[in-house]
Parts: sequence; structure tokens; C-alpha cells
Amino acid sequence: MNWDQHLIALAIIVPLLSAPLCMLVGQRHVAWLIGVTSGLVGLLIALALLQQVNTQGVISYQLGGWAPPLGIELRADLLNAFVLLIVSALAFWVFLYAHRSVAAEIDADRQTGFYAGLLLIYAGLAGITLTGDAFNAFVFLEISSLSSYAVISMGRDRRAITAAFQYLVMGTIGATFILIGIGFLYMMTGTLNMADLGQRLPAVSDTSTVQSGFAFISVGIALKLAMFPLHLWLPNAYAFAPSVVTVFLAATATKVAVYLLLRMIFSVFGVEMTFVQMHLEYLLLPLATVAVISASLVAVFQTNLKRMLAYSSVAQIGYMLMGIGMASTGGVAATILHLFNHALMKGALFMALGAVVLRVGSVQLHHLAGLGRHMPWTLGAFVVGALSLIGMPLTAGFVSKWYLVSAALDAGWWWLVVVIVIGSLLAVVYVWRVIEVVWFRPPHPALAGKTEAPWSLLFPTWGLALANVYFGVETSLTTGTAEAAVQVLFGMTP
Amino acid sequence: MIEMLPGLFNYWVAVILMMTGFYVVVAQNNLVKKLVGLGLFQASVFIFYISIGKVAGGAPPIIEHGSQLYSNPLPHVLILTAIVVGVATTAVGLSLIVRIRETYGSVEEDEINSADRHAELDQKDEDNDQG
Repeated sequence: MNWDQHLIALAIIVPLLSAPLCMLVGQRHVAWLIGVTSGLVGLLIALALLQQVNTQGVISYQLGGWAPPLGIELRADLLNAFVLLIVSALAFWVFLYAHRSVAAEIDADRQTGFYAGLLLIYAGLAGITLTGDAFNAFVFLEISSLSSYAVISMGRDRRAITAAFQYLVMGTIGATFILIGIGFLYMMTGTLNMADLGQRLPAVSDTSTVQSGFAFISVGIALKLAMFPLHLWLPNAYAFAPSVVTVFLAATATKVAVYLLLRMIFSVFGVEMTFVQMHLEYLLLPLATVAVISASLVAVFQTNLKRMLAYSSVAQIGYMLMGIGMASTGGVAATILHLFNHALMKGALFMALGAVVLRVGSVQLHHLAGLGRHMPWTLGAFVVGALSLIGMPLTAGFVSKWYLVSAALDAGWWWLVVVIVIGSLLAVVYVWRVIEVVWFRPPHPALAGKTEAPWSLLFPTWGLALANVYFGVETSLTTGTAEAAVQVLFGMTP
Repeated sequence: MIEMLPGLFNYWVAVILMMTGFYVVVAQNNLVKKLVGLGLFQASVFIFYISIGKVAGGAPPIIEHGSQLYSNPLPHVLILTAIVVGVATTAVGLSLIVRIRETYGSVEEDEINSADRHAELDQKDEDNDQG
């Protein structure tokens, strides 16, 4: 049997089968080991797949031997392979981090189920990333969403349950919108395969059926990726979920939704229909601008640090949508780069907060005064992540902002540059508030005796923090892949 | 307008059900009723999909001699999957409501929100006392 050919299917099957395995074993330490192993295998598969796509071009895999467009196709081009790498690298890293944090935050008898839930989210996200079939994407979306609702509700705070319920209602509405949209497209074309849809849609793109399908799918995905003003589910879900879940969802879930939007725009509807006929950019650019400014402003006034970073995520998604809204190769390259870089920075920041939760038990800003003296390494990693979030040179955040600004200048939109700069300045404000309190205030008496976080948390946190610096200096892998992926999307060269 | 009604009957039903479900989700204060609305909203999409599959004059998609034109079975299969997803959503939603009832003692949204607000204010008072 030739394993090389089946890599793309294994990328989904490994986490999907590991999840029930966790439940069958029923022993929490073993479940964690299964999670780490499956994360590592997934990461190796993603690396091999990226290598394969780089050398062979687009990979198409017929699930069950049924040829597309009738059968379900898994399809990997550079964009997929890159997003899969983000998802599986973060999944592996989060599992490394999870053991100690989960042991402290989740009841012992629920931990195996928790790990199974995480693995199912991972399987769902990998599925959305790799599938070449529109309906299949909906099914995987629901697999990952349903397991997210379950694991979010396991947070210590009771508001975690209401946040999960709110997310369930809004997430289901979003997914159902996508389902309706796919139905409209199927009505007009008789196919569900994305590549096939891409070929058949231009002929019927001026019918109101396809246009309503476009609207339903765009709004549905916008709900899933928390586009302003459809982001209301996100802050509470991130703030009250267990730390590990926050790290994982913040770093991957919204990224995959952005990927799905890119895929729908470029592979299914086509640039022509999206930007010339429907003018999606008239919707994306203003909303992204409002998201960057207003969500950053709201973040400045948050006292719960996880909530603050959640609002910051809404703003960062605004940057990604700006890149798409520019409808230029430079803009979309900036979006793809920011997918990767934002996963690194938010991963590092939320991991540092997870360590704070473990030691202090709270992420309310006024409880953390002077914590830098007690936990210098944890909060040092927080500072590195924060610098990257602001977009300091020599960090990953700078690279994607640089791309975004130069794409805006190429388009001659100086006002967009102003918005990006204001957004970054607001990021300086909300991040500096935290740094000032934890490093420069005298220690809070209640913190006496708090010690540095254990190695099992520090190591993954610093790993991601250093990755922010590494990918800020050595940019050839990320920018090279992003630019090549854009070439594929715009159909210039294979 | 009137003549559109009978021809597109299924679609009108789907639209009405969908809007009813959506309204219930938005307007209801009771979480269980919200979930019922969500179910209605999803069910309308199922009807929409099944209506797509009907081919005018087509026989049921079972191979028989003498019949040439069949309805399209694929949307039915798709919606079978979507029904499973819908059932799973309802199950997760109901189990969340059970836990909300256990921790808050209520399934009314406004009562839950005010309970959370009071808890937050109490927390602030406590912090002020300490500081």
C-alpha cells in the first residue's frame, strides 16, 4: 500500500478516529497521550502534504474511489496545505500544553471527553480545509462547531455555559445559512463539487438564485468568522472557555472560516462575480474598518484579559477581511500571511494567560498587579506576543501588517493605511495597560507566594513566543508560500 | 403574485417556516422555546432541499420498467445528513439548557442575565473591600 497517496485522507482520519479511541480508553493520561500523538502525526502529515503540493502541484483524492464531481473529492493546493499546516501545528502545540492546564481546570472524570472534543474540533477543521465538496464543508463545519459548543461549556465560570448556548444559536444560524446557499447553487448547477461549481457558475451568475446563494453563504461564513457586527458570540465564548480551548479556537477556528471565505470567493464564485458583479468589497472594507477601530476601542476598556484579547481577535479578523476586500494579489497575500502570524501571536498570548489562570486563578487585571516579579517567564512570553500583536519590527505581526499597508498603498487607499495605524496604536494602548500593571505596579499582597508556571506550560508558551520572533526575521517560508498560494487563487500560474 | 403561489407552494411554506423559526429564536426569552425556533428554522431548510429534488412529472427514484424520468434523489440524501446534524444540535442545546437550569435555576434569558450582572457587581464590591 502506498501511503503517500492517502496522506490527504489520513490528515482527517487520524484525529477523527483518535477521538472515539480517547473515549474507549477512558483514562485521562492515556487520552492526553493519544491527543499528543495524533497531533504529532497530523503535523508530520501536513508537512509532507505541503512538500507534495510544492513539488507536484494540486493533489486531488477520490474518497472511496468515486470520481468527482459525483464522488466527494479531497483537494489540496498551496492555500489548503498552508492552512492545514497552521491548524495541525497549533493542534499539536496545544495538546503539548494541555496536560497541566486541563488537569487544573477540568474535573477529572470529564477530561477524556474533553480531549475527545478537542480532537473532533481538529478533525472538523482539517476536513473543512481539505474538502473539495461544498456540502462536505458544511458537515465538517458542524462537526467542529458542535464539539466547540461542548468543550466551551466545560469552563470553570458558570457563564461558560450561557456563552456556549449563545454560540450554539448563532453558530447554527450561520451554518444553516451556508446550507441554504449551497442549496441555491445546487439548484442552478446540479453539482456540489467546488471546482465543478467554479466552472458552471459563471454561465448562470446573473440569476437571482445564484445571487441569493452568494448572499446566504457570505453571511453564514461571516457569522462563523466573527465579522463585525456578527461577532457577538465570540468575546464571551473565548473569555469563559477553558484556557486550552481558548488557545485552540482563537488560533485556528476563525482562521479556517476565513479560509472557507477565500475558497468560496476564489474557487467557487470567482473574482469576477464577487468583486465586479456583487461588489463584496463594499461590504467587507467598511465593516472591517469599523471592526478594527471599534473592537480595539472596546478592548481598551476590558478588565478581563481573556475578553480583552477576544475583542482584539475581532479587530485582527478585520485586518484579514481588509486584505480580501482589496481584491488584489498583495491584499490577499497579506490576509493569508496574517492567518499564520495571528495564530502564532494569539496562541502565545492565550497560553501565557492560561499559565496565569493556573497559578493565580483569575485574569482580572486588578488581581495581577506586580505579577511580573512572581512569574517573569510567563509574562515575558506575554510581552513578546503583545509586541507581535502590535506589529513591532522583527516580530511576525510586523510582516503581515507591512504587507497589508503596502497593498493598501498600491491601491492608493491612504485612508486604509490611517485605519491600520490607528488600530495598531489602540493595540499599543490596551497591551501597555497590561504590561504597566503586571511589571511596574508593586505586587498585590494576595499574590504573595505565587511561583512561576511549571515547565510543561512554559515550554509551549515560549515555543510560540519565539516562533513569533523567528517568523518575523526569517520570512521566506511564510511570505513565499502566501505569495505562491495567491498566484494559484488568482489563476495566474499553477 | 397570486399565480405564483400554487406553483411555488413548497418554497412559500419553507420561507414562512423559516421566518417563523427565526422570529422565535430572536424574540423568545425562554431558552427551550429558542431551541424549538432553531429546530423550525432548520426544518424549513430540509423542506426547501427536498423540494429542489422534485422533477416535474418524474417518478420516485426507484428503477422500474416503463419509467424514464426520475426525481433527483441526491437532495434527499444530503438532507438525511443535515437532519442528523440538526438532531445533534438539538441534543447539545438541550443538554446545555439542563446545565443552565442546574446552575442558574432558570431557563429565562433575562433572569440569567440579571443573575450574572448581580454576581459581577458583588465581585466588584468584594474587590473594593479588599483593596
